[in-house]
Amino acid sequence: MENLLEQLFQQLINGVSLGSIYALIALGYTMIYGIMKLINFAHGDIYMLGAYFGYWAITGLGLPFLPAIVLAMIGAAAVGIIVERLAYRPMRNAPRIAILITAIGVSFLLEYGMILFVSPQPRTFPPVFEATVYHFGPLVVNSQQIIILIISLLLMGLLTYIVNHTTAGKAMRAVSFDADAAKLMGINIDRTIAMTFAIGSALAAAGGVLVGVYYNSIDPLMGMTPGIKAFVAAVLGGIGIIPGAMLGGIILGVVEALVAGIGLSTFRDAAAFLILIFILLYKPAGLLGKNVSEKV
Amino acid sequence: MNVVHKQDLKIFIACAVLYAVIQGLICLEIIDPFWELNIVMICINIILAVSLNLINGYTGQFSIGHAGFMAVGAYMGAVVTMMWEYPFALGIVLATVAAGVLGALIGLPTLRLNGDYLCIATLGLGEIIRICILNIEYVGGASGLMGIPRETTFTNVFWIMIVIVFFIKNFKNSAYGRCCLAIRENEIAADTMGINTTKYKVMAFTLGAAFAGTAGCMFSHYFFIAHPASFTFMRSFDVLTMVVLGGLGSMTGSIVGAMLLTFLSAALSDFPEWRMIIYSITMIVLMLYRPQGLFGNEELSKEMFGRLLGKGK
Repeated sequence: MENLLEQLFQQLINGVSLGSIYALIALGYTMIYGIMKLINFAHGDIYMLGAYFGYWAITGLGLPFLPAIVLAMIGAAAVGIIVERLAYRPMRNAPRIAILITAIGVSFLLEYGMILFVSPQPRTFPPVFEATVYHFGPLVVNSQQIIILIISLLLMGLLTYIVNHTTAGKAMRAVSFDADAAKLMGINIDRTIAMTFAIGSALAAAGGVLVGVYYNSIDPLMGMTPGIKAFVAAVLGGIGIIPGAMLGGIILGVVEALVAGIGLSTFRDAAAFLILIFILLYKPAGLLGKNVSEKV
Repeated sequence: MNVVHKQDLKIFIACAVLYAVIQGLICLEIIDPFWELNIVMICINIILAVSLNLINGYTGQFSIGHAGFMAVGAYMGAVVTMMWEYPFALGIVLATVAAGVLGALIGLPTLRLNGDYLCIATLGLGEIIRICILNIEYVGGASGLMGIPRETTFTNVFWIMIVIVFFIKNFKNSAYGRCCLAIRENEIAADTMGINTTKYKVMAFTLGAAFAGTAGCMFSHYFFIAHPASFTFMRSFDVLTMVVLGGLGSMTGSIVGAMLLTFLSAALSDFPEWRMIIYSITMIVLMLYRPQGLFGNEELSKEMFGRLLGKGK
């Protein structure tokens, strides 16, 4: 019995650190969906690009971890803005399905562009700090998990601040609430959307670098599955709601860790989707519902 | 009524001529095995695209889980022919039925959702089907089911495709199909007019899923193998792209979209590293300049339709 409890707590720890990465990606999804009603399938690939930017910053420029993650975030934000400018902005008035197909196209382009550019072989992410293992009684926590959690929480705090207490954040909330009314109030919609893409992409990039550090390996197709799963996380918490994405990400991570922990690791991905379907059927607005929280 | 019938007959004859020409070219070995493979792929993709168009285009229910039903058909057919050693025809029938039954089972609860939520739910269900298959040892698990006899030929895949295309065309023009179109235009209004929306949505979904199963069965019996990795959401995206590229709600559009994309990816196979890049850029550019798809939601005119069928494949 005690052993089982230990197992449970251990998986909870693993799940929360994995989940906070999902949450970082999910935040971008949820913000972009909130503001444009677009499922940005390319978001997972921005996360992949972020991991590569971090890799280059560390191996190429020899930067330490923190500047590298900042650089990766800036790089990914730039890519996010470029993608929005070239692929999504011309389609502002197109049917939503056409934008969705464009998003799928952009996703393919980033994935296979990177394969062409850096070859499909996975790369070993350099160890940026020593993996110290801490023992709390029977529980094992390594320093990477702690750093992932701290950085994720910091970034989420920063995002919450930006969204709730700055002019730009106010503009983002206004556009997602009612784009036409926001326009009438003199808000520059294009700029606000570009800003949303920049922030969302930067968060995904941070997630990418953290995953690189955690799993030591990055490859051009690494964004596909986490991208879809982060979207699941966003829907789980309530799409368009920022705290919802965080909650959804953590829940998803924990559930996956638990499913893997009881020895059904091949069903890990199915568990994520199964939760999604139950949520959609019984509470389509997501756990935090649309009316309870603010959306962006 | 009579006119329609004549029109159908003309198209049918055009198809027969087209079939004879391609089959002749294959026999004379003017079309090499590589292009023969791609012609078979075009037929399979047309089946997938028109069946997805029935769900997404005509009924307006946004589904992107088509690969899951295709997987069910592929495995079901393989189990029937390979393990139970029944004839291929029975395999096709059972694959179609199995995918259809699953489609109905999945459709009943999920079709209550709409828009993006349905889209994500079907995506998730497609993946769940695939992961479940991946975990069934009886059908080979993660390493796939190998050694499936090659029963699919150009002849049978072509005629099955024609039958399915005609079936969906007639379905659309039937009272059932009109109900589906009404649901697409406005679900609430359709409901008010006394249309049992759930019934027709599930009906369209079931039919679409069933034909995806047929396509899956043809697929696995052409490539000797059914592998879970062939049926990821990437394939659903592929089919969706064909449908949207041709124009949602346009059957001729789906056919042209399927031919165009299959041809494009085959023609680029000499440049494997550039293939997906050109493919994706084509996708983006087409959507930027023609967001409603090549044909919008209209069909080509009947004369053009016949000519197109005669010319394209």
